[in-house]
Amino acid sequence: MLAYIFRRLLQSLLVLFVMSLLVFLGVYAIGNPVDILINPQADQAEIERVKAALGLDQPVWVQYWTFLANALAGDLGKSFAANVPAIQLILQRMPATVELALTATVIAIVLGLPLGLWAGLKPDSVAAKTIMAGSILGFSLPTFWVGLMLIMVFSVQLGWLPSTGRGQTVEVLGLHLSILTWDGIRHILMPAFNLALFKLALLIRLTRAGAREAMLQDYVRFARAKGLTEERVVRVHVLKNILIPIVTVVGLEFGSVIAFAIITETIFAWPGMGKLLIDSINVLDRPVIVAYLLIIVFIFVVINLVVDVLYSVLDPRVRLAGARA
Amino acid sequence: MSATLTGTSPAREFAANFAQSKIAVAGFAVLCLILIVAVGAPLISPQNPYDLAQLDIMDSKLAPGESSVSGATYVLGTDDQGRDMFSAILYGLRISLGVGVMSTVAALAIGLAIGLISAYAGGWLDALIMRLVDLQLSFPSILIALVLLAVLGQGVDKIIVALITVQWAYYARTVRGNALVEKRKEYVDAAVCLAYSTPRVLFRHILPNCLPPLIVVATVQVAHAIALEATLSFLGLGMPITSPSLGLLISNGFTHLLSGKYWISFFPGIALLVTIVSINLVGDQLRDVLNPRLK
Repeated sequence: MLAYIFRRLLQSLLVLFVMSLLVFLGVYAIGNPVDILINPQADQAEIERVKAALGLDQPVWVQYWTFLANALAGDLGKSFAANVPAIQLILQRMPATVELALTATVIAIVLGLPLGLWAGLKPDSVAAKTIMAGSILGFSLPTFWVGLMLIMVFSVQLGWLPSTGRGQTVEVLGLHLSILTWDGIRHILMPAFNLALFKLALLIRLTRAGAREAMLQDYVRFARAKGLTEERVVRVHVLKNILIPIVTVVGLEFGSVIAFAIITETIFAWPGMGKLLIDSINVLDRPVIVAYLLIIVFIFVVINLVVDVLYSVLDPRVRLAGARA
Repeated sequence: MSATLTGTSPAREFAANFAQSKIAVAGFAVLCLILIVAVGAPLISPQNPYDLAQLDIMDSKLAPGESSVSGATYVLGTDDQGRDMFSAILYGLRISLGVGVMSTVAALAIGLAIGLISAYAGGWLDALIMRLVDLQLSFPSILIALVLLAVLGQGVDKIIVALITVQWAYYARTVRGNALVEKRKEYVDAAVCLAYSTPRVLFRHILPNCLPPLIVVATVQVAHAIALEATLSFLGLGMPITSPSLGLLISNGFTHLLSGKYWISFFPGIALLVTIVSINLVGDQLRDVLNPRLK
């Protein structure tokens, strides 16, 4: 078990190393680092000073080493636009994104599990067919357009929900949260639902497939033969067995929810790090782009690692296969 | 799919199987219609939306169905420059479909070549390519495309490069899997015994046998590519203002949406949606028909 975790950890470090190399090559080798890392409004003396400070007069491998050392020390350059360290800017915006992503995930689970279960248990009913058609639509609809339509209907036509911002926030343990105030909930509802839509469609399909498969198993027949109520068969025997793959997918998909939040945040002007990325790209604030990239790579690697390790804890087969290899 | 053939030719059988799903046939019909209007946009559309001489700023932001001072009726309304939305959508479809199809075909070709080489070479090259594929597929395509465009800048060529980059890995992995299975079959041994060159065995013998499932995947991928391009254009990182795809039209209408002028965003979105859904319907049915396990 420990050996497995250790090997997985090494792999993750390797991925981080490769990604840092790719980012470095993208920024330093392909692009001109002077353009990318130095404010274009700086004068010649300033450019020379920063060049020397960043070690751009050094050979490439020395430059990579400096970049890596700086990145490890949490120094990814200063934002041109805000003139504060880029990493600090992103960390400030991160709670808003994580709050939105978590709310979206909860919505997807709360709606997706029962709907998928219904579609799986009564596959020939009209309701099941409607649910499945809806999930196909959820896959096909471009997220950003759904967001616009939500604004059109609920903000412009009906005037029920606000279209931009986070609303009133409450400070809990130093974090500002929207979900705890009524105004905040009104603000988070549309963006979170928009972000949840794709995952909702995915969860419905997963749950449905799992339920249909589980209903044919011997343990379900046995539970029925024991005379258990249908409700108990579904809730205890079916649900428990289909939960493992669902938990895995929800976990693995969390990273992509954070990435897709870029779109949702831009539409609803949600002040998270995804909107920050788009704003930074628009004003060519490159240190922030580089910092965002490294942070999101880090998040992905950590999520993959945690899910893999949890999986090996839950399912002994994975652990044993890993030990043999 | 020629209906004039008699007997049970493979093409006829294929057409009959495909026609079993009415909704897929409907999707196919809609898709054909979309292709025709996209290709024939200059002939069909009432105005050339990018010829400034034909635009009248007095006609700007007219609601659907309203008539202009000069008497022309705008079925789907006009945008802030007085551009007929119906014409703009036809031209936008052209661009969106063009970019989607071109990038998918190019990604398919690149993915095929790399996947075949990876499967045939084996060893460290195979391991290296597949790790690279794994690495890329573990990140969402939207993120990779965004970052690439942030580095490369804007432009039609750049967005195609970005769309190819996010798609090739998927094909490379799929074709490698198929090729590894085909490689062990006897006809490959036979070809090798005839002392054919490696490229000839790869591209003339193994490739044709891996191709059909990939074409199905590619059909559905065109829809993904179109959606991705629209999303990137909406975020302001895709197509330049001179080649307005559907995504850019929607983005342009976003600023007017809050003042109740919904049609500038709404109708291009519907066009995008109908295109994506019809491609998906056709692709799903193709997969079912060509999948030997379901026969």
